[in-house]
Amino acid sequence: MLEPEIAAHPLDLEKIRLDFPILKRTVHGKRLVYLDNAATTQKPQQVIDAISDYYSNYNSNIHRSVHLLAEEATEAFENTRLKVQNFINAQSTDEIVFTKNATEALNVAARCTTSSLKPGDKIVVTEMDHHSNFVPWQQIAKEKRAQLEIVFTTEDYEIDESDLESKLDGAKIFAFTHMSNVLGTINNARKFTRIAHEKGALVVLDGAQSAPHIPVNVQDIGCDYFALSAHKMLGPTGVGCLYGKRDLLLKAPPFLLGGDMIREVHRDRTTWNDLPWKFEAGTSNIADVIAFAAALDYLTRLGMKNLQIHEQEICKAVLAELSKIEDLEIYGPKDPERRGAVFAFNLGGIHAHDIASILDAEGIAIRSGHHCAQILMEKLGVPATSRASFYLYNGYDDVDALSKGLHKVREVLN
Amino acid sequence: MSSDMYKEIILDYYKNPRNKGTLESPQSVARDSNPLCGDVVEMQLNFSDGKVSEIKFNGDGCAISQASASMLTEVVMGKTIEEVRKIDKNVLLENLGSPNLGAVRIKCALLPLKVMKTALYQYLGESITREESNSLS
Ligand SMILES: Cc1ncc(COP(=O)(O)O)c(C=O)c1O
Repeated sequence: MLEPEIAAHPLDLEKIRLDFPILKRTVHGKRLVYLDNAATTQKPQQVIDAISDYYSNYNSNIHRSVHLLAEEATEAFENTRLKVQNFINAQSTDEIVFTKNATEALNVAARCTTSSLKPGDKIVVTEMDHHSNFVPWQQIAKEKRAQLEIVFTTEDYEIDESDLESKLDGAKIFAFTHMSNVLGTINNARKFTRIAHEKGALVVLDGAQSAPHIPVNVQDIGCDYFALSAHKMLGPTGVGCLYGKRDLLLKAPPFLLGGDMIREVHRDRTTWNDLPWKFEAGTSNIADVIAFAAALDYLTRLGMKNLQIHEQEICKAVLAELSKIEDLEIYGPKDPERRGAVFAFNLGGIHAHDIASILDAEGIAIRSGHHCAQILMEKLGVPATSRASFYLYNGYDDVDALSKGLHKVREVLN
Repeated sequence: MSSDMYKEIILDYYKNPRNKGTLESPQSVARDSNPLCGDVVEMQLNFSDGKVSEIKFNGDGCAISQASASMLTEVVMGKTIEEVRKIDKNVLLENLGSPNLGAVRIKCALLPLKVMKTALYQYLGESITREESNSLS
């Protein structure tokens, strides 16, 4: 077992683990070591209970009916919006739109920012973006005959700043990831936003990986749009959020059309509902939005700063342990201060799926494949990687299990 | 043993692949890939007297797919066309030591069989039926 390097560890792991029922189960007879948190995180009992509480006690549609159940459901639903506002420090609840995931949020942002794009206008993305923050821009660029520029990644797995500066010249939009789901790189969102704004570009920030792991303050960053996914931060699947600056959302066209997003419908014209409902057509995923509040409460109670410190300690331990394994290459920054606890790696010539299968037999869940980042894989010159990603319930015992498991992989396949 | 998946047979073919390479002028070549692992398998075959007279595989991918491909070349070699037609999923898995692959990784093991069958049918001027193709993917 590895010993913690700091005496006063910010999180009480033993206590935290009791909140996650799934961590009690075994996998192939072994303790579950869940290291696929970048894909989705496990849920605490508080979130699971909130879902069943809604269905058991006040299930009803929101915003439309005047009976008590509808009132309770509407209040709980809107309460989550307030919690998201506070969690990322938006200026008002008008700026928080519920979607079904980060992908949908990014698609809405892409539609909002490109409605008046002209042929030849420039959209800038980066090589380290997830397909969710790449494909929408690529396709819109094709549709509008706009230009798509892809900013390079340096050998240190950071955004290439000089390339960024030059590609942002004359750009209308800069979309980039706050934290890479492959490299773990935490981008300097504040600085890059400032540069983009100086060049006159709008900024869309993909926070799917940052919001779960580091404190986020959208006003301080200054970004125009910010997307997150609830399921990657203890919440249920089927809920995402788009933050957009109020004046931008007011001007932007709605994304989906139909019920709930309207103010008045006439035979020949329709007017839109107020923000944020203009962007929430049809019945929302009420239960899961409500339960997301329990996840945000959980994170807030632990403190995002504490969580970040915890993950930096985990990063140090992982980097130290994995560097002892021969032929193991980590694709990502070596400095724990500049990265999150997600590690993409390859081990000699062993295929990522073989690594994942052998680790699975040891009870260790990791991801293998291209991680929805084929542009980045191409840049790294690998078809696939393995990826271990940690969260607040992972400890040194899990780092230890991963390291032992990887030694086992070598034993079996070498 | 760490897993029911990496049976001795699989490890043996993975570490010491047999019949890997290319034929000089094969009568039939087929190639396919598996989007999950990105496994790529190519099969090259020659026939004479109604039998498989030469076979080589080439490819890139996980241990399961590459071991399966190598093993399959040995099973197929020398067999009559009618015998090769009868090789199905069950025969393949039995020859791999009946590994416990699960719903996802089984696709890796089946890919080489699908490719080999495709090459056979191509030689015969037929094509793989949808039913057989589905049973192998
Ligand atoms: C950086 C990043 N962006 C976007 C997404 C998309 O999230 P979702 O699948 O929840 O829409 C992910 C999730 O894999 C991600 O890691």
